[in-house]
Amino acid sequence: MKQVTVYITLKAGVLDPQGKAIGESLHSLGFEEVKEAKVGKVIELTIEDGPNLEARVTKMCDKLLANPVMEDYRFEIEEAVQS
Amino acid sequence: MKFAVIVFPGSNCDRDMYHAIKGILGKEADLVWYQNSNLEDYDAILLPGGFSYGDYLRTGAVAATSEVMTQVKEHAEKGKPVLGVCNGFQVLTESGLLPGALMKNKQLSFLCRQENIVVENNKTMFTTGYEKGEIVEFPIAHGEGNYFCNEETLAELKANNQIVFTYQRNPNGSVADIAGITNKLGNVLGMMPHPERAVEALLGSDDGVRLFESLINNWRQAYVTNA
Repeated sequence: MKQVTVYITLKAGVLDPQGKAIGESLHSLGFEEVKEAKVGKVIELTIEDGPNLEARVTKMCDKLLANPVMEDYRFEIEEAVQS
Repeated sequence: MKFAVIVFPGSNCDRDMYHAIKGILGKEADLVWYQNSNLEDYDAILLPGGFSYGDYLRTGAVAATSEVMTQVKEHAEKGKPVLGVCNGFQVLTESGLLPGALMKNKQLSFLCRQENIVVENNKTMFTTGYEKGEIVEFPIAHGEGNYFCNEETLAELKANNQIVFTYQRNPNGSVADIAGITNKLGNVLGMMPHPERAVEALLGSDDGVRLFESLINNWRQAYVTNA
């Protein structure tokens, strides 16, 4: 079993109103050193190991998990920890 | 002319759409559940507003992967009309039938009010009943109606006259004030404002009636007089 973690972020230059609101809230809490906040998503997948795992996950990202019009993604593959 | 209103789990403007077609325009319409459906017998497909699949992942993303959308694509490829309103527009961009994407409103708030909409292109099968440049009043009701596309796509939309509706006063941060676009062929229209909720003057506006009338008249000319 593999544990795949997919990180999805907005493309550079795409307006991120949530990130902006969070940055402003941090400022109002006194964290003035914050220059920028960006919001993304983390999706964790437990996947049966098999051939072309990386290519299959790339396909999953392109077809559903991320929207290439406005989002970038990257992922990490690790051994799944047996629970 | 027979209309299918596709109902996804979480659709909530399906009955408004059905009422516009059946109650106001007096045409045949069915509410079609997204599973085990057969769209072959329908002339036009309507994707209603709402929150399909609770807007999980991204608005419209999960509905876009459903089998019924494969049928909608085939229907669109034949040149038959498809109209997606609000969540329906989001499903159309997510499924690749229309370019671009719809993002959270610039100011993060859900907007629900009447909005002045400019008819930019009155040569589509949906808009021949309007004047070019005419200002109509449709309600908007969305949290994610901020249309986004890259500059290349925007240039293409402009060059092909695919921008059909714009906002007179941009409420949500949409690129180029875009409120509604078609595909290149012009038979798939996606828009955030709700023409189906503007069909009775008593309820604020009946400017939406002409959109459905245009569609019906153009369909009749294309398919009935030539038959």
